[in-house]
Amino acid sequence: MSVVTVQLGQCGNQVGQELYDVICCDAQQGQRKPYCKASCERFFRQNTRGDLVARAVLIDMEPKVINRSMRKAAESGRWTYGEASHFSQKQGSGNNWANGFCVHGPRHREVVEELVRREVEHCDRVSGLMALMSVAGGTGSGVGTYVTQCLRDTYPKSFVVNHLTWPYEAGEVIVQNYNSALTLSHLYQLSDAVLVHENDTVHRICSRLLRIKHISFSDVNKVIAHQLGSVLQPALTADSQGVYSRSPVGIDWQVSAPSGAERSRSLTGSSFNTSLANLLILRGKDVYSAETGGFEDPALYTSWLSPDAAFTSWKSPVPFNKYEKSATLVSNSQALLRPLDNMVRNAWNMFASRAYVHQYVRFGISEEDFLDSFTSLEQLVSSYSQLC
Amino acid sequence: MTQSVVVQVGQCGNQVGCRFWDLALREHAHVNKTGVYDEALSSFFRNVDSRKADSGACAVGGRIQHLKARAVLVDMEEGVVNEILQGPLREVFDSTQLLTDVSGSGNNWAVGHMTYGSAYREQIVDKLRKAAEHCDCLQCFFLIHSMGGGTGSGLGTRVLSLLEEEFPDVCRIVTSVYPSAEDDVITSPYNSVLAMNELTEYANCVIPVENQSLVDIVNKIKHMSDGGMAGPVIKKDSTIISGRGGTSGMEKPFDAMNNIVANLLLNITSSARFEGSLNMDLNEIAMNLVPFPRLHYLMPSLTPLYTLADVNVPTRRLDQMFSDAFSKDHQLIRADPKHSLYLACALIVRGNVQVSDLRRNIERLRPSLPFVSWNQEGWKTGLCSVPPVGHSHSLLALANNTCVKSRFIDLRERFTRLYRKKAHLHHYLDVEGMEQSFFSEAVTSLSSLIEEYNQLDATKNKVIHDAPRLSIAT
Ligand SMILES: Nc1nc2c(ncn2[C@@H]2O[C@H](COP(=O)(O)OP(=O)(O)OP(=O)(O)O)[C@@H](O)[C@H]2O)c(=O)[nH]1
Ligand SMILES: Nc1nc2c(ncn2[C@@H]2O[C@H](COP(=O)(O)OP(=O)(O)OP(=O)(O)O)[C@@H](O)[C@H]2O)c(=O)[nH]1
Ligand SMILES: [Mg+2]
Ligand SMILES: [Mg+2]
Repeated sequence: MSVVTVQLGQCGNQVGQELYDVICCDAQQGQRKPYCKASCERFFRQNTRGDLVARAVLIDMEPKVINRSMRKAAESGRWTYGEASHFSQKQGSGNNWANGFCVHGPRHREVVEELVRREVEHCDRVSGLMALMSVAGGTGSGVGTYVTQCLRDTYPKSFVVNHLTWPYEAGEVIVQNYNSALTLSHLYQLSDAVLVHENDTVHRICSRLLRIKHISFSDVNKVIAHQLGSVLQPALTADSQGVYSRSPVGIDWQVSAPSGAERSRSLTGSSFNTSLANLLILRGKDVYSAETGGFEDPALYTSWLSPDAAFTSWKSPVPFNKYEKSATLVSNSQALLRPLDNMVRNAWNMFASRAYVHQYVRFGISEEDFLDSFTSLEQLVSSYSQLC
Repeated sequence: MTQSVVVQVGQCGNQVGCRFWDLALREHAHVNKTGVYDEALSSFFRNVDSRKADSGACAVGGRIQHLKARAVLVDMEEGVVNEILQGPLREVFDSTQLLTDVSGSGNNWAVGHMTYGSAYREQIVDKLRKAAEHCDCLQCFFLIHSMGGGTGSGLGTRVLSLLEEEFPDVCRIVTSVYPSAEDDVITSPYNSVLAMNELTEYANCVIPVENQSLVDIVNKIKHMSDGGMAGPVIKKDSTIISGRGGTSGMEKPFDAMNNIVANLLLNITSSARFEGSLNMDLNEIAMNLVPFPRLHYLMPSLTPLYTLADVNVPTRRLDQMFSDAFSKDHQLIRADPKHSLYLACALIVRGNVQVSDLRRNIERLRPSLPFVSWNQEGWKTGLCSVPPVGHSHSLLALANNTCVKSRFIDLRERFTRLYRKKAHLHHYLDVEGMEQSFFSEAVTSLSSLIEEYNQLDATKNKVIHDAPRLSIAT
C-alpha cells in the first residue's frame, strides 16, 4: 500500500521535504524489518541504483523552492526525489488564488496529471493521494485546489487527502483570507479529509515547548513533519494480525451533521470542544496497556454518535523517531472553528469594501464566485458550531 | 527565474538608473565568486559574447563574458547619456539600448509627452520589444524618472502608457522622484500634476521618492561621517551612500542621493534575484499592497540608512531596524505614516533574519500603527537570505498609507498657485497636441485621488463593526 504525495507551492515543497526526511529517518532506525519495509514501500520506490526515491510529485510555478528541496533531499544521502518528478515554471502565482486556479492550473493540467500518473504506476497498490500545500499563497492554494479537483476526477475511488498549512494570523500575505476562503470552500467538496496545521500553533510549540530562540520555517516544518509522520507511518490495528495494512489515510471522517438544529453563533460562549471523531495513535513501549478511557467519554462527542463509532485508536509497539513512547491525536472537532470563523470574518469584512477584488476579477474569479465560497463556508462554520 | 527590464528616462532617471547598475554589479560580484553567469545575474543582466553570432547571448551556467544591463535609456538631450558612455559603466550598455535627441524638453511636460512622444513612439516601442525578446520570462518593467522636468515626466509617462499597451500582462513599477518645494524648475508643479494623471492611470505601483527627503538623509549621514558625532562611525564599505569600491570614480552632486534610491531598487528586486525562505515575487507587491486600482502609491522607507559602529548586541540592532523603518527620518518621502492610516504594509527583509524575528517585531509594532478596519492584519513580508554588501541585514518597508495625500495636496497647491495666474501656460499650449483641458483633467484626477484617501482616512478613529455575515438556511 503506497501513498503518492503532490507537493505544491513554496510551503508544500518545504514541508514535504521535511516530511520525507522524518519518515525515512524513522524507518531506518534500528532493527525492525517489517516496519521499515512497510514504511519504505508506502512512501518510497527504488530506482535502478537502489536508492530510495520519494513517491512525490513536486509542483511550483517558480523554480527556486523546488531546486532547493531537491538539493536538500539529495544531500541527506538517504533518499532523493525522482529526477523527473517535478514541474516548475518561471514565475509564481503572485499570491493570487485566481491566477493559480484559473490560469496556471488549467494550463499545466496535462503535465501534472502525467507526473502523478507515472508515480501512481510505480506503486503496486495505491492507498491514497495526498496534496501538501499552504492556503495563503497563490500556487499551493490555487493550483493545489485545481490539482485536487483533477485527482478527484482521475482517481474517483482513491482516498484524496489534503494537508494544509494555515497561515499565521498576522500574515505574510495580505490577501491570505481570500485565498484561504476560496481554497477551503472548494476542498470541502472535493477532499476526503483535510489535515490542518496552523502556523501560529506550531510556532508556539517551537518557542514554548522546544524553546527555540530564532525560529525558522525549517523548525516549524520539522514539527509539522514529525506530527504528520507519526500519523502516516504504518501502525498495527487489532484486526491486522501483525500485518501493516492499515490505510494510512483511511480515516473515515465523513460524518454529516443532522439538519434542523438550532443555529448558534456564540463561539466565545462555550469553550468546550465537541468532537465528531478522534483518532489516537500510540507508538512505542507499553502501548497495549495504555489507558485510553478518557478518549471514550461520551461527553466529548456529539449525542448522535457513540464513542465506539467516534473514537479509533491505532497502536504499534514500534517506537516512532526514537521516542520511547509517543501519542498523536487527530481530531475532527470544533478546534478549527475559531480560526475558520476568524478567517471567514476577516475575508468578509474585506469583501464588504470590495478591497482587492479587482485582482481576482482580472484572472476570472467574479464577485459571485466569492459569494458562493462565502456561502459554503458559512454553512461549514454553522455545521461545526452546532455540534453538541 | 524571471527577468526585469529597467527603463530610465530623462536626466534624473538615467542618473539614478546608473547608480542602480553600479551597485547591482557590485552586489553580484560580492555574492558570485565563481564567475559563472547564474540565474541571479540573469534577472537584470544579459551575458553576451561578442564573438558569437546572433547578438551572442550566452545561457545561464556558462562563464561571464560581457554583462549587459537589461535596460533602455532614453533622454532627449545627449549630455547625461554621453557621460555614461564615457564613464566606467559604458560596457554595460550598447548603442541599441539608447535613444537620445539633442535639445531636451526644456522642463516642459508637453514637449516630452506630445512632441517627443509622437516623434519617437516607434523607436521606443522597438527598443522595448528588443529588450523584452532577450528575456525568457519578463516579469516586470521598472520605470525610473523625475516628475519635475520635461523628459522624464512627459516622455516617461508616455513610455508608461506604451508599456501598458504593448505588454499588458507585465507588471509596471515606477520609481518617481518628486521635486522639493524649492525646486529650481519653476514649472515642476505643472509637470508633476500632468505626470501624476498618467501614473494613476497606467502604473501598477508607484514608489514616490522626494528630493527633499533624500537631501535631509544625505546631510545627516555626512554630518555623522564627518565625525560630527562621537563614537558612531559610518562603515566605509556600505553601499548606502558611498560609490567607493564600485566602478565609478568621482562622485557627482546627485550621486549620494541617487545611491539611496538605487538601494531601494536593489532591495525591491532582491527576492527576484536571490533565494530566501519566504520569497516575495515582484508580482506579489501589487497583489498585496494595492486594494483599489488607483491607490497604488507605496511610500518607501529604508534601513539601515545611518549605519553605526557595531557596538550593540545583534538582536537589539535587528529590532531597532524594524522600529526605524517606521520613524520619520527613514522615509524617502516626507510623511508621518504612524499618525495616518495604513491600507497595507510590506516588509522586505534581507540577511540572516528568521520568521520569529518578523513575528516578534510585527507584534511589537502593530499596536502603534493604525490599519484600516478591513485590513487589520495588512502585513506582507519577504525574507531574502542575501544581505546587501557591507551589512548583515536590511529592511525596506513599502507602505500604502493615506498620509501620502499630504504630499499630493502640497503639490496641488503649488500647481494652483501657478495655474491661477496662467503662468507659463502658453509654453505648453503652443505644443502641438496639447490642450488646456489636459491641465484641468489632471488636477481633477489628482483631487479625486486625494478624495479617495480622505474617505478612507475618515474611517480612522471610528468604531467599525464587522460587516453583517451572510445568513444561510439551516
Ligand atoms: N509552515 C510553513 N509555512 C510556510 C512555509 N513557506 C510558506 N509558508 C506559509 O505559506 C503561506 C504562503 O504561501 P506559499 O506556500 O509561500 O505560496 P505559494 O504556494 O508558493 O504561492 P505563490 O508564491 O503565491 O505562487 C504563508 O502563510 C506562509 O506562512 C514553510 O516552509 N512552512
Ligand atoms: N534625485 C535626483 N533628482 C534629480 C536628478 N537629476 C535631476 N533631478 C531632479 O529632477 C527634476 C528635473 O528633471 P530632470 O530629470 O533633470 O529633467 P529631464 O527629465 O531630463 O527633462 P528635461 O531636462 O526637461 O528634458 C528636478 O526636480 C531635479 O531636482 C538626479 O540625478 N537625482
Ligand atoms: Mg511561491
Ligand atoms: Mg534633461
